[in-house]
Amino acid sequence: MSWLSHIFGEKKATASVAKERLQLIIARERVGLSGPDFLPDLQKDLVAVISKYVKINPEDIKVGLEKQGNFEVIEVNIVLPEMR
Amino acid sequence: MATIITITSGKGGVGKTTTSASIASGLALRGFKTAVIDFDVGLRNLDLIMGCERRVVYDFVNVIQGDANLHQALIKDKHADNLFVLPASQTRDKDALTEEGVEKVLKELEHQGFDYIVCDSPAGIEHGAVMALTFADEAIVVTNPEVSSVRDSDRILGIIQSKSRRAVEGREPVKEHLLVTRYSPKRAHEGEMLTYTDIQELLRIPLLGVIPESEAVLHASNQGIPAIHQKDTPVADAYLDAIGRFLGETHPLRFVDYEKPGLIKRLFGGK
Repeated sequence: MSWLSHIFGEKKATASVAKERLQLIIARERVGLSGPDFLPDLQKDLVAVISKYVKINPEDIKVGLEKQGNFEVIEVNIVLPEMR
Repeated sequence: MATIITITSGKGGVGKTTTSASIASGLALRGFKTAVIDFDVGLRNLDLIMGCERRVVYDFVNVIQGDANLHQALIKDKHADNLFVLPASQTRDKDALTEEGVEKVLKELEHQGFDYIVCDSPAGIEHGAVMALTFADEAIVVTNPEVSSVRDSDRILGIIQSKSRRAVEGREPVKEHLLVTRYSPKRAHEGEMLTYTDIQELLRIPLLGVIPESEAVLHASNQGIPAIHQKDTPVADAYLDAIGRFLGETHPLRFVDYEKPGLIKRLFGGK
């Protein structure tokens, strides 16, 4: 139908896309600017705590920040060594 | 007490200087003794927009460095009584704007009985822009309905909230105002452009006004007469309303709703 919209000069409504993208990037930049980036420290502390109970390598813990809807979510992934 | 108003945006080309010229002129028309200072060292343009480029002898940096006194450097505006322009230096380095120097000039303006000092910030977030917002009591953030402008406005708000004197000294924060410029009600209505409510929702600061996109702005800058003097144009009226709101009056928003042109208007044109 693109030829139809071409003839009738239909315009794309892209403002909503702009708004969504801005909501995400502004929220992320505000978090980034509102304090020191604590994720590396958090990862270090988590390694220390878990190492008290299980023997793991520091790189087995992955910490990340994600956005789900209106919430910022801290995601922690811990790979435990294989049990024998 | 003089009130220091910084006109800022982060992004360039959104209408900071146009707004500085019109806001300063509007305050002067209301009877307030007003100075407008160009902080864009090396790229001065406020003088052109105000139409006083041929009368520039001394500039802001000359005053800071003691080569001229304030009285010699201030240029009296031709279109509004009570209004004076302090141009930026065209030749010096932007580091010539020292914090002590800027503070000294602002204090002296206050001492001379100015009610309002309007600081026209350069684009960016570097030294000149930071100097322009350091001493602000109020900030007008000029934003276009466009992604990069909105993001940069948010960034500059963060800088106001961390680097202004008011923030550093833990005083009452800088009062922030949003001014949306180059707004097209038609394109916003058709979903092609962020609406002013979208922008306000994103930036979360009070709305001072919405200035419509208009040919009048180019006519104004061509002639060196601030847009607020372009009588009976939507741009001038929108700036006059914004001045009123700034001074605490209530004015409903105008020129923000799209009206479909009637058949006659479509047939015979007209603006």
